[in-house]
Amino acid sequence: MNQRITDCDKGKRCVIAKVHAKGSLKERLLSFGILRGVEIELLEFAPGKSTVEIKIGKMRIALRKEEAELIEVSCA
Amino acid sequence: MHSIRIALVGQPNVGKSMLINAISDARLHVGNFTGVTVEKTEVRFRFQGHDLTIIDLPGTYAFTDYTIEERVTHEFLCSDHYDVILNVVDSTNLEKNLQLTSELMSMSRKMVIALNMSDEAQREGIEIDEAYLSTLLGIEAIKVSAAQQTGLGKLLKAIVRTYEEPFREPKLQFSEPIEEEIANIERFLDRHQFKATISNRNIAMNLLRGEKKSYRTLRDNPLWIELLPLLNDARAHIEIHHGTDDVKEAFAEEFFAFNRGVVSEVIKSSSRKEQVSLTQRIDNLLIHPIFGISIFLFFMWALFQLTFELGSIPMDWIDAFFGWLGEAVGGTIGNDDARSLVVDGIIAGVGAVVLFVPNIVILFVGIALLESTGYMSRVAFLLDGFFHKFGLHGQSFIPLVTGFGCSIPAYMSARILKNDRDRLLTLFIIGFMSCGARLPVYVLFAGAFFGEESAGNVLFAIYITGAMIGLVAAKILKLTAFKGVDEPFVMEMPKYRLPSSKLIWHTVSTKTWLYLKKAGTFIAAASMLVWFLSNYPKNEALSADFAARIEAAPQEQAHLLQNALDQQLLEQSYLGMIGKTIEPLFAPLGFDWRMAVALQTGLAAKEVIVSTLGVLYALGSDVDEGDETLSKVLAAQIPFASAVAFIVVIMTYLPCLAASVVFTREAGGIKYFVYLFIMTTVVAYVLAFIAYRAALLF
Repeated sequence: MNQRITDCDKGKRCVIAKVHAKGSLKERLLSFGILRGVEIELLEFAPGKSTVEIKIGKMRIALRKEEAELIEVSCA
Repeated sequence: MHSIRIALVGQPNVGKSMLINAISDARLHVGNFTGVTVEKTEVRFRFQGHDLTIIDLPGTYAFTDYTIEERVTHEFLCSDHYDVILNVVDSTNLEKNLQLTSELMSMSRKMVIALNMSDEAQREGIEIDEAYLSTLLGIEAIKVSAAQQTGLGKLLKAIVRTYEEPFREPKLQFSEPIEEEIANIERFLDRHQFKATISNRNIAMNLLRGEKKSYRTLRDNPLWIELLPLLNDARAHIEIHHGTDDVKEAFAEEFFAFNRGVVSEVIKSSSRKEQVSLTQRIDNLLIHPIFGISIFLFFMWALFQLTFELGSIPMDWIDAFFGWLGEAVGGTIGNDDARSLVVDGIIAGVGAVVLFVPNIVILFVGIALLESTGYMSRVAFLLDGFFHKFGLHGQSFIPLVTGFGCSIPAYMSARILKNDRDRLLTLFIIGFMSCGARLPVYVLFAGAFFGEESAGNVLFAIYITGAMIGLVAAKILKLTAFKGVDEPFVMEMPKYRLPSSKLIWHTVSTKTWLYLKKAGTFIAAASMLVWFLSNYPKNEALSADFAARIEAAPQEQAHLLQNALDQQLLEQSYLGMIGKTIEPLFAPLGFDWRMAVALQTGLAAKEVIVSTLGVLYALGSDVDEGDETLSKVLAAQIPFASAVAFIVVIMTYLPCLAASVVFTREAGGIKYFVYLFIMTTVVAYVLAFIAYRAALLF
């Protein structure tokens, strides 16, 4: 079942199903390797839950919650 | 002999600047967070009879022109003159780094790949077959380690060889359907004998993926009418095949697949169980939702404690040295005026500034560690939510912290902010982060008015309060001048890396040397000017009158009379006149004319405040007692409330001349400087008034 990465359990490996961003944000996410079919993992929330840290391959990326919610994933 | 221009390109945090450091021993600023190379830097050196110039370009993830820095790099690669691209990649994360490499390959330029951090990769059990990688990509790839200084000669030889040999087109391989469409358009361009600086295959590919520059070159060509329907068809096919409505996404996936294929071919990872990495373990603690912020605040507190406590040890020696120097040099000069110029002017002024070198060094080491270990990005992550509430971007944190060192690089590093509104907002509040040059004033006043024991805490409080004022100012600006939608926050959190001591040494010694150089030149000159303005015009009649009375008076009275004379002479000097004129303006803040003058000289450079105070209070004070330090003189002559108000003004008023110039350039116009002047002046005056009134109550 597909869900938003922000709703996943910490440390669980999921696969990106769709990136709902548009325009320059979409390009930015693409350039960080946030693509369909790529493995993704939710690592940590910042205090206040407003920012999240995810892991793509070996790269750790910090995203604001609103942007992270645009990443739709499917978890095994 | 040739002169070869090399464009150094890579993603952020791959060690580009460190590589240059290793190759040429140049002193560049190297760091482990996004946005250290804020402008392109050139380094020239000779190698095997060739003149090599390396242009260090800002790190970029891809050619999306997302930030100003990415635009600088892209612009340079497209339109500037250079012979070879040196693409630096992080061997421990080849797959991600090849994203940029594959984009570079589409530019049809001579290129060499430096597989940097190969020592680290080896430790992690990653083995790259460099020869096979070179064959697959059609680009020579060399294993190097900037930290261990290995492979550098081989890399330079490869660059020279690539430069001398004819260009060979590197080949990006895509999936069948995309290759078909590319070939189709390539054939069309060939048939119409279209010629450009890059190959027709690459033009075809760039057109398909919607790259703006290629469109611009072809749009004015009559071919365009025939080409357009072809392109539309091809893009439609690609989109259908990839199941997306975004051709850029399709190409990103193609690049990714290509890179993944290459990586799986050339990397032999020793099959170890994936263990929890060191970075993960450190992060578990440092970005812990509860402890993270406390740890950060503790680090900051410890830094300022160290700055004061550790810094005060060598300060006594420096102070003693300048006291001795003044006497030694003074003894050799016969002429009274000349002696006073050298001892009270230059030595007192420069000495007052040099005195704070230990503090500066500690602060710079602290900031360099923050920058180069990767901790800075973690703090940006922790604080983004908090910053966001004040209308700031989490990445604003990086220029703001840099601002604790010096405002000038801080203004420039604000370029990592994509959105102009965010960037301007950050520029406006960087000045509230007290820079290193203001530290001497704080150390002086904290020591003089709060006692040695609590001075470190006062220092910490000053910096935190300054930052808070900045945040509130940001909120007010965001609600009024910079209204608008918030920008996305997407930031890489680099691996933790232990910075080499050489690197820290380079950064700190360069900055300290600049500080000392400024003390020797600019501040010495300013001290002489202040000395002149405070010694002239002479009042011979008054001096003669006092001289006679001192002659007649008994010992202890003579002493008081001498002081009174100095005081009156100072008040009649040019500086005294200026001070007296502006004194009423500062009376509500409890400043005497000397403090008012010191503030004005601080507009040139903040260090001058201390040297001015040194000259003004040395002249007017008890010169007989040689052990009288400036700190004690200030404590005796300035009321506590005035001192507090003075600190508040220093925290908030206009940055120095050099910083103001850079601010104006970065903000994009003189009108922004006017806004900055009005904002800082109003804030400084109002807050200082409140602080003065409040301090009077104690």
